[in-house]
Amino acid sequence: MSNYLLAAESASDNRPLIITLFSVFVVATLAITVWAGRQTKDANDFYAGGRQFSGFQNGLAISGDYMSAASFLGIAGAIALSGYDGFLYSIGFLVAWLVALLLVAEPLRNSGRYTMGDVLAYRMRQRPVRTAAGVSTIVVSIFYLLAQMAGAGVLVSLLLGITSEAGKILIVVLVGVVMMLYVTIGGMKGTTWVQMVKAVLLIAGTLLITFLVLLKFNFNVSDLLGEAAKNSGMGSAFLEPGLKYGVNATSKLDFLSLGIALVLGTAGLPHILIRFYTVPTAQAARKSVNWAIGIIGGFYLMTIALGFGAAALLDHDAIIASNKSGNTAAPLLAEEIGGGADSTGGAILLAVISAVAFATILAVVAGLTLASSSSFAHDLYANVIRKGQATQQEEIRAARWATVGIGTVAVVLGVFARDLNVAGLVALAFAVAASANLPTILYSLFWKRFTTQGALWSIYGGLISSVFLVLFSPVVSGKPTSMFPDVDFHWFPLENPGLISIPLGFLLGWLGTIVSKEEPDKGKYAELEVRSLTGHGAH
Amino acid sequence: MDTAPASDRPDDQRQHHRPPYDEVQASPEFGELRTAHRSFAFPLTIAFVSWYLLYVLLSNYAGGFMGTKLVGNINVALVFGLAQFLTTFLIAWWYSRHAAAKLDPRAEAIKARLGDSS
Repeated sequence: MSNYLLAAESASDNRPLIITLFSVFVVATLAITVWAGRQTKDANDFYAGGRQFSGFQNGLAISGDYMSAASFLGIAGAIALSGYDGFLYSIGFLVAWLVALLLVAEPLRNSGRYTMGDVLAYRMRQRPVRTAAGVSTIVVSIFYLLAQMAGAGVLVSLLLGITSEAGKILIVVLVGVVMMLYVTIGGMKGTTWVQMVKAVLLIAGTLLITFLVLLKFNFNVSDLLGEAAKNSGMGSAFLEPGLKYGVNATSKLDFLSLGIALVLGTAGLPHILIRFYTVPTAQAARKSVNWAIGIIGGFYLMTIALGFGAAALLDHDAIIASNKSGNTAAPLLAEEIGGGADSTGGAILLAVISAVAFATILAVVAGLTLASSSSFAHDLYANVIRKGQATQQEEIRAARWATVGIGTVAVVLGVFARDLNVAGLVALAFAVAASANLPTILYSLFWKRFTTQGALWSIYGGLISSVFLVLFSPVVSGKPTSMFPDVDFHWFPLENPGLISIPLGFLLGWLGTIVSKEEPDKGKYAELEVRSLTGHGAH
Repeated sequence: MDTAPASDRPDDQRQHHRPPYDEVQASPEFGELRTAHRSFAFPLTIAFVSWYLLYVLLSNYAGGFMGTKLVGNINVALVFGLAQFLTTFLIAWWYSRHAAAKLDPRAEAIKARLGDSS
């Protein structure tokens, strides 16, 4: 097998085909966006897609919003290189949906309107809590966005065989422009349709490769695992936990921290939460989470076949040579399973999977940009700056400008970060969401005594502590894999701050409440509780 | 209150007469709905988070046990991981069944009594 040179060489051979598929996807989704834009008339359409999507449609869109390039390429690559430990990731990502299903989705749908801030600020003094919710939404989304943008630059360049710096910058700019078009023109409607299309493509692509991999092993999973273990050169250790996270006591604690952040973060991610507003009722919100659990769960099960398939069928060093984190393992596997580097089948499958990865990135960045610009326009501009006096048209205009602003920031940061290792940023976004947002959401909905001060302590405390800890962690400095490997100012040993910052967020929310002098607004809590559980007066 | 809440904004079409939320909240019917939600969702959340943490802790600190081979190359770790998938699917299904049977009818009844303003 001539896998060694495969990535760069065959990518450039297949470039016309890959570019064609990329272009088809961009043109088709932009057409959908323009169509959706024509039907976007008021704030309800722009922020919440008119609230007329069905549970199934929204379940697809949630899956499209959630399954980032990190989960598609990242998990497959992590399994291909570290075996079982790569699989650990996906379990936290999936189980997390139960928190959303049981505690958050329905009450949020019933009592909120456009943003996460609607629910956080419901019973509280509007301006300070809206400000905090807006800041937290934008910070979480920008961390997530930055990881996706930088990833897009690296990944697309790799798939297209682009090596020049100018080429990589061009890719980041292109992704930024397309995402801004989706959001400014199509709003939530356009974004939702793009996410649905992407989800279908991603599932279809993954299903195809999974089927072909299993076919190769006559659907005998044990043989597949055995071959993966043998070919990895690590034997049965490859099928057991510990290769990546079990190195020493610190890495084990780090995995625990990551696990907690993953399972509690999802229900606090603003770009996921606003998706619940696109359906008409709480029952439809429930249904959409159920669909999402089914689709995302099925997808993660397939990544096992993809990851172990790559380990079994590809040369271990070739995967690392192509990308040291294994991010190109899935496309390389597609090529191999299609018949190898020199075959037409291999070329076509590689192009298809590359296009799917590109679609994945675009749909996720659009969702993130929409969440942050919605929060800017609705929480910060309309409710804090204009004190609730802005008209719908003014709000939508502010949201569109915010999209351009946030998109530009993401492009500029993405260009500067293109050579930095930003993989840790997604896990960080989950940790911030779990520390700053989830405690306030849960206390607001379920704790009668909760006060404005509690909300502020919890949001800012969770936000500041998690960002602060990461700043002084090995993610930023002190290790060869750090963002800035040449300097060392780290003292916090873990890469993920969740183990400290999540309990701290919950603790501060409780402490801020019991030491505050203000009385909770009983009438507003009655209103929130009745509305959130019954759906009375839902928008 | 610094500003009017979002739901009272000028562009809003709803009636400005505020429904008697305090009375509803204190009513036995609403108490039943609240209990039906909390007594199901809260213990179950604690249960599935603990079950997940058990899995994380075993992966971290019980490598030998997790590596035990069961059938062919299928070991305890893989079965445990797949069991997490299975329980997630089952809990989602179980909660939805519970919600449809115990929560939705109660919520509907209270909403109807309040007069649906949406």
